[in-house]
Amino acid sequence: MAMTIHVDIVSAEAAIFSGLAEMVIAPAVQGEVGIMPFHTPLLTSLKEGSIRLKKDDTEESFYISGGMLEVQPDKVTVLSDTALRTKELDEAAALKAKENAESILSNSKVSGFDHATAQAELARALLELRAIEKLRHIKQ
Amino acid sequence: MASGKEIRTKIVSVKNTQKITRAMEMVAASKMRRAQERMEHSRPYANKMHQVINHLAYANSEYKHAYMEAREVKRVGVIIVSSDRGLCGGLNTNLFKTTLSSMKEWNDQGFEIDLCTIGNKAAGFFRRFSNNITAQVSDLGDRPGLEDIIGTVKVMLDKYNEGKIDKLFIIYNKFINTMTQKQTVQQIVPITADEKDEKLAHHWDYIYEPTAEDVLEALLIRYIESLVYQAIVENIACEQSARMVAMKSASDNAGDLIDDLQLAYNKARQAAITQELSEIVSGAAAV
Repeated sequence: MAMTIHVDIVSAEAAIFSGLAEMVIAPAVQGEVGIMPFHTPLLTSLKEGSIRLKKDDTEESFYISGGMLEVQPDKVTVLSDTALRTKELDEAAALKAKENAESILSNSKVSGFDHATAQAELARALLELRAIEKLRHIKQ
Repeated sequence: MASGKEIRTKIVSVKNTQKITRAMEMVAASKMRRAQERMEHSRPYANKMHQVINHLAYANSEYKHAYMEAREVKRVGVIIVSSDRGLCGGLNTNLFKTTLSSMKEWNDQGFEIDLCTIGNKAAGFFRRFSNNITAQVSDLGDRPGLEDIIGTVKVMLDKYNEGKIDKLFIIYNKFINTMTQKQTVQQIVPITADEKDEKLAHHWDYIYEPTAEDVLEALLIRYIESLVYQAIVENIACEQSARMVAMKSASDNAGDLIDDLQLAYNKARQAAITQELSEIVSGAAAV
C-alpha cells in the first residue's frame, strides 16, 4: 500500500474531514501545491478553491473560501475560513465596534434610569421574599 | 375573613410566575443542547489552531511576529464576554467579580486597563466603573458567527500593534458541565506555547509562502479570533445551562410557596368557619 499522510480539515464552525490520504492538493496563494508524505514543514495561506485528497485511485474534494495550510512531515492541517475576508471589511467591522462603545458611554443618562428602576424592582422583590420568610416562620 | 381573598390572589400570582419560569426553563434546556453542540463543533478548529501555533512557537524562524514576543507591560487590554440577557443566576455577577479582582490586581501593579465588552450585561456593568471601554459588541444572538467578532478583535489588536496595550486578556465562563461554569482569565497576546513536544525539539523552520510576515499575520489573527470565538460560544452554553438551573429552582421555589400559601389559606378558611359557628352557638345560647 502506498504511503499516506494524516489530513485534518477544520473550519471555525465544524470539523469537515479527518483521515488519511496519499496526496493533498490545495490552492495556495502562489499556485496549487501538492503535498505527499514527508513533505518539509510548510505554512501558507490558501485562496478560494477546492482541496483534493487522493487515496486508492479515488479523489475527494472540499470547497473552501480561503484559509491557512500547515504541513508537518506526518500531517497536514487545513484551517478553512468561514467568513469572506478582506482588509476593508475588517476595517469597517472595527469601526462599528468602536462606535458601539462610544454610544454606550454617551448614553449614560438613559441607562442610569434603567439602573434605578432595576434597583427598585430588586428592593421590592427582596421585601417580598422577606415577607414570605416571615410568613413561614409564623406558621411553624 | 379578609386574608382569605388576599392569599387566594397571591396564590394566583405565584402560579402565573411559576408558569413563566417553567416555560423559560424548558426553552433554556433546548437552547442549551444546541449551544453545547455548537461548542463541540467549533472545538476542533480551536484545537488544531492551537496545535499549529504550538508548532510555530518551536520553529526557529528568523522573523518573530510582535504577537509572539513579550514586552514590558504598562497597559493591559481585557475582553469581557458576558450574556446579552439576565435571569441566568449568578453567571454574570460571578464573572464580573472575577474581572474586578483581576483588574484590582493589575491596578496594584500600576497597569492601566482598556476594556472591550461583549454582550449587553458587561457593557451595562463596566460603564459605571471605567471610561476605557474601547470596543463593544452585543446582541450576538444564540448563533454568533466569526464575522461578528472580527471588528472587536481588530480594535484590540490594533491597540497592541500601536503599543497602546502590552498584554491582552479574555475573561469568560468556561463550560465544565451543566451545573458548573468556571470563570476563566486567559492571556491571548502575547501568545505562549504550553506543552513540550519532543519531536519538534530539533532545529527546523517552515517554508513560508508568500512571506513569513504575511502568513504569520494572517495565521495569528485567525488564531486570536478563534480563541475569542470559542470563548463566546462557551459562554453561550454556560448562559443557557445557568438559566435552566436558575429557572428550575425558581419553579421549585414557586411550588413550595404555593403549597405553603394553600395551607395558610385553608387554615384561614377553617378559622373563619369555626368563628362563625361559635358566634352562632353563643348567639343562640344568649337568647
